[in-house]
Order: sequence, then C-alpha cells, then structure tokens
Amino acid sequence: MPETAASVARREAWGRRLPLLPALIYVFVMTQIPFVLTIYYSFFNWNLLKPGSFHFTGLDNYGTLLTDESIRTAVWNTVVLTVCVIAISVVLGVAVAMLLNSDVIGKGLLRTLMIAPFLIMPTAAALVWKDTLLNPLFGLLPYLLTPFGLERVDWVNRFPMATVVAVEVWRWTPFMMLIILAGLQSQNPEVLEAAQVDGANSVQTFRRITLPLVRPFIELGALLGSLFVVQTYDSIYMLTYGGPGEDTTNIPFLLYLVAFQGFSIGQASAIGVVAVVLTIIIATFALRTLFSIFQVEARR
Amino acid sequence: MATMARNRSRILWSAVGWLVVFVFFFPVLWMWLEGLKTEPQAASSPPTIFFVPTLTEFQTVLSGDFPPFFINSAIASIGSTLLVVVLGLPAAYALAIRPVPKSRDVLFFFISTRFLPFAASLVPLYLLARDLQLLDNIFALILIYTTINLPLGVWLLRSFLLEIPHDLFEAARVDGAGFFNELYRVVIPLITPGIAATCLICLIFSWNEFFYAVNFTSSVAATAPIFLVSFISGRGLFYAKLAAAATLASLPVLMAGWIAQKQLIRGLTMGAVK
Repeated sequence: MPETAASVARREAWGRRLPLLPALIYVFVMTQIPFVLTIYYSFFNWNLLKPGSFHFTGLDNYGTLLTDESIRTAVWNTVVLTVCVIAISVVLGVAVAMLLNSDVIGKGLLRTLMIAPFLIMPTAAALVWKDTLLNPLFGLLPYLLTPFGLERVDWVNRFPMATVVAVEVWRWTPFMMLIILAGLQSQNPEVLEAAQVDGANSVQTFRRITLPLVRPFIELGALLGSLFVVQTYDSIYMLTYGGPGEDTTNIPFLLYLVAFQGFSIGQASAIGVVAVVLTIIIATFALRTLFSIFQVEARR
Repeated sequence: MATMARNRSRILWSAVGWLVVFVFFFPVLWMWLEGLKTEPQAASSPPTIFFVPTLTEFQTVLSGDFPPFFINSAIASIGSTLLVVVLGLPAAYALAIRPVPKSRDVLFFFISTRFLPFAASLVPLYLLARDLQLLDNIFALILIYTTINLPLGVWLLRSFLLEIPHDLFEAARVDGAGFFNELYRVVIPLITPGIAATCLICLIFSWNEFFYAVNFTSSVAATAPIFLVSFISGRGLFYAKLAAAATLASLPVLMAGWIAQKQLIRGLTMGAVK
C-alpha cells in the first residue's frame, strides 16, 4: 500500500492542528488583517466627511504627529496616568494584601467587599464619583471636607488629572491586592516564624523574606495592570471628556476625537500605529514576566 | 500576658483593615444608598445621610427605557462568551492535550492580540462594519467581544486542561474515541468548573466594555453603559435615577465576580496565578 509512514504522520499532524485552526483564523482575521489595513490607511489623507478626499500622502500623517502639540500632550498624559495609577495602586495593593493576609477578623467578607471597585462597571463608577461624591454642590466629599476649609472645591475641573488618577487607583488597587494576596498565600508561614525566632523584626522579615517572594507577583500585577491602564477611556469620557482643554486627553481618547469627532481616517490610523509600537514595548516585558511565572509553576 | 497583647494587636489590625476596606467599598455603598433615595434627597445640600429607603427610582429606571440597553448587554456578552468557548475549547485542547508543534509561539500570538491596543484595528473594523451595515448592530459587538476575549479564553481553558491527568486521555484513546467524542465524554465533564470560570471572566469584560459600545452603536444595539452616558450632561438633578441605573448596570458583573471570587485571580492573570 502507498500509505507510507510519512503520510500517516502528516495526517496525524493535521489531526492535531485542526482543532486549533478556527480560533487561530478568527483572531488572525479580526486583528492582524485590520492592523495591516491600519498601516495602509496611515499613508493616506482621508476624511470621511469630505467625499473624494482619499489620496496618498506618504508620511505626512506621521509628520503631523511629530509636530502636533496634541499628540505629545496625549503621550505625556498617558504616561503620567499609567505610571501614577500603577505605582500608587501597587503600594496600596501590597498594604491591603498584607492586612488581609494577617489574621484580621472577617477576612473573607473584607476580601469580598474589597474587590467590588474592580467589578463595578467603570462608566457607572465614574458617574457616581463625579455626580454624587465629587459634585461641588451636592457631593459628599466637598461636604465632608468643609471643616478643613475646603468647602465646595470643584475637584473634577480644578484637578482633572488627579481626579482621573484617584478613580483609577480606586479601581486598580483591588486588582493588585488580589494578585499580591495570592503571592502572600503561597508563602510558607514556618519560614516567617523561623525568622522571628531568629530575632528578625517585622521590617526585616518584610524586606528580606516577604518582598522577594511576592516580587514576581507585584511585577505581574504592575505589567498586566499597565497594559489595561494605558487603554483607559471610560473614566476619562465620563469624568472629564479629555478636558479641560487637553489636560486629560490620553492616546485612546485622542484617537476617539480624531477618528469619531474629526473622522480623519488617515490621521487616526497613524495614531493607531504609534500606539501599537508603544504597546509592544510594554508588552514584551509583560509577556516575559508571564512566561517566567509559568515556568516557576511548571517546576513545582 | 502574651496572648492578651496578641489579642489587642489583632483587634487593632482588624480595625485598620475594616477602615481601609470601608473607604474602598464606600463609593459602591454610596451608589446603592443614592439609588434608594428620592430625587430631592439625592440632590440636597448637605447630603442626606438618614432617610427612608424607597425603590421608586429603581422602578422608574426599570419601567423606562433602560431594559432594552440591558438586554443588548446580555445578548452581546452571552453571545460572545458562547463563541469564545466554542472556538476556544478545541484550540486549548490542541495546545494542552496533544500539543501542536510550536504551541508556545501560538500561545504567545494569542495573548499578544489581547493586549494590542484597540487603536490597532479600530479604523478598519469601523469601516468594515459601516460597509456591511453592521453599525448599531449587536452582531458587530458580539464579534468584537469574541475577539477581545478569545485569547484569554484559550489561555484559561488551557490552564485548566493541563490539570487533567494524562492517563484519562490515554484510556479514552485506547477505547477508540475520536476527537469530538473525547471532547464531549472526557474533556467537558472534567473541566466544567474551568469552563464556568472562563465564561464568568469573559462576561465581566464584555459586560463592562465601553469603547466599542459607544462608538459602534447608537440606539438600536446600545448596551447598558451607553444608557449611563445620557446622564453625563448633568442636566437637571437626576442623581437618584443615575445611581439606580448605575447600580442595575453594575449588578450582573458584581454578582458574577463575587460568586467566582476564587477564579477571578486566575482569570485576570490568564491562568498564571492560581
């Protein structure tokens, strides 16, 4: 029979590949082909509001990005927002995780309540913050701060970036807490007891034992978190709409303004390409961490 | 003496813990409370702290124009979640049980698309949806949410599949079970909890999604977060109604997340942390 070992092996290989293909093709068609088109459009001047405006302009769109003030502002705002949110929520996340890992009363309930900010729909949360907590006339916070001489401060308009950062920190601290708590729980309590018997104080045990152990978890949380926070759009749309001026316009919001308010397809595509390049830089680090943690898991 | 000191420190730290968690939980609590007020109570200065709760505003929201938005959210989330499982489970199988060559590269590819900014594909997807008359069509949202969640689904399902003892598959194969038979008889019963966890994570992400929802829909296919946008202008004093709507819109995910607490961490880290 001509049914050789090679053809059997080939059939075997296809049998293995076949279940993978639908998902692979789906993701490819929905992400890679559009991305190639994005690159293509980025070389054209094309505004949907001006019929017949489709024409090749080479690198003009990128040239505009380099000289345009708004893209620089948006990149800067994205960096500020991401770095502040991640840094603050990691620190708070470590603190809360350590609290909930010690033997406090009602640990389970506290943990349940603590993850709520992360689960609440971001659009809903932003509205509640803006209109019922921070509203200068009827909000609770300005009222509570009255005794401190801060009556009727219009937080959202006077400190727009700080407000967005605060709301995002509120949302991402539970996320960090969950990941770091998982790290703390993988810690062997006997090691801590041994350290205490050896006369180590709590600062020493934290720095020498706990921190090295949870470090990969902190890194994972920070990197995953930054990939999400870089894309922040909901709370900016609801809280400040990118303003006042461009004070809180980050890259996703700028993209929205260019694509859906200006309908400038070519320009929006160029922003898209730049955003992808920036993301790849962060993502490379994130994936490396993710894989190293997987390897630790596998070795166990 | 030692135990007394320990007890005292336990109570002290518990108080600190409760205080910290209260601060974080408070905006959620306040949202609930505002929803239970009447409009004048919600828009009073100073804020009303003590009041008789009423469900009036919840009734207003539910009997008004909110339900269609809620139903759209449900269709988009459930539809895309089902698609994720249908496409993701065989793929996870091909990456875990009988791994294809270069399965690591494939996994890497999947997850890299999860973190591709929406800027990468937004414009072409928008133009395509426009040309296919899919703008303001819930079907477009289902396809997009499937794209967003599929990489996550594949990774998560794979991490659950890896936990199944390999012998079980060998046994099924000796019995001569084909791929679908094996999937149906061995894989699905064994990882039902894993599939449930994957579904919950997908539901959370698609239910809360805003960017595509606000830019790809307008009225017919608009989802729950879009309903909330109508409060943004702050015209008039509808704070109680706003809070009631926000509570209702957030409820499914809050419940799902609380029920699936144990799986949440695993889902959010794509199976890396258990």
